[in-house]
Amino acid sequence: MSLPKPLMRGLLGKRLRFHLPIAFGLSLVAAIAFKYGVTEPRKKAYADFYKQYDAVKEFNAMKEAGVFESVQPSGE
Amino acid sequence: MQLYPQSIRTGPQFSSPFLPGGTATVLGPVPVDGKQMLQLIAGRVSSLVARRATLALTTSSARMASHAPDPEVTEAVDMSRPMYWDRLDTPLPDKLYKDELSAAEKSLKEKEKGPWSQLTNEEKIALYRLSFHQTYAEMNQPKSEWKTVVGGIFFFVGFTALVVWWQRVYVYPPRPRTFDDEWQAKQLQRMLDMRINPIEGFSSKWDYEKGQWK
Repeated sequence: MSLPKPLMRGLLGKRLRFHLPIAFGLSLVAAIAFKYGVTEPRKKAYADFYKQYDAVKEFNAMKEAGVFESVQPSGE
Repeated sequence: MQLYPQSIRTGPQFSSPFLPGGTATVLGPVPVDGKQMLQLIAGRVSSLVARRATLALTTSSARMASHAPDPEVTEAVDMSRPMYWDRLDTPLPDKLYKDELSAAEKSLKEKEKGPWSQLTNEEKIALYRLSFHQTYAEMNQPKSEWKTVVGGIFFFVGFTALVVWWQRVYVYPPRPRTFDDEWQAKQLQRMLDMRINPIEGFSSKWDYEKGQWK
């Protein structure tokens, strides 16, 4: 019936010392993964799109399709 | 007009030096449990609605009580005093389990005041059972209540499905024309014409030269 006295103090500190570095590390990994998995490809996709973009050609194509109110297709 | 059934008109009697006669009774209802509340409500309702209609609602003891006035309520639980609960989060309830101790139990309680090493194991268990109704192990025993709950959930979800089906047949307005396949096809073509999301989204998946999906 003589058990060792259990730990009474420093429980939160011990938990934080263990979990906080892991939390910060995982958050950092998540941020880096998002940057190089999502934002960089997206920026590249936009850059590539606008490199070959001819605004006038697109406008005429849309005009012929009849989606504008201010400009009618060339036939009418 | 009698608002309360007679059995609840007076609460418990207790001695009081203030009032003449030396005793005081709690006037008005002392509602304590579901049955009492039902009697109260039934009492009020019966004064407003025909007695016949409410007779079905009252419990049999309420019917008896309204005929034979009964000053003391026999099985009332006085919730103004501390109560005993078997609860996981309350290891020491507000009072001990057994209130009235027999002579043997009283002598055991006297023995408890001495050194506990002189108590036998059976006496220790007997003292525990005087103070507590169930052990934690007994409290935590698994019950089958969850099956009833889950079954009830499924039953009522199924009933709701029937209600929704009836609604679909009798309540819903006619289907909007925007749901037709032809309309949807025209809608998609218009989205392509407008170049919706041409970089990463909808129109980026359409090959405008060949006129087909990429």
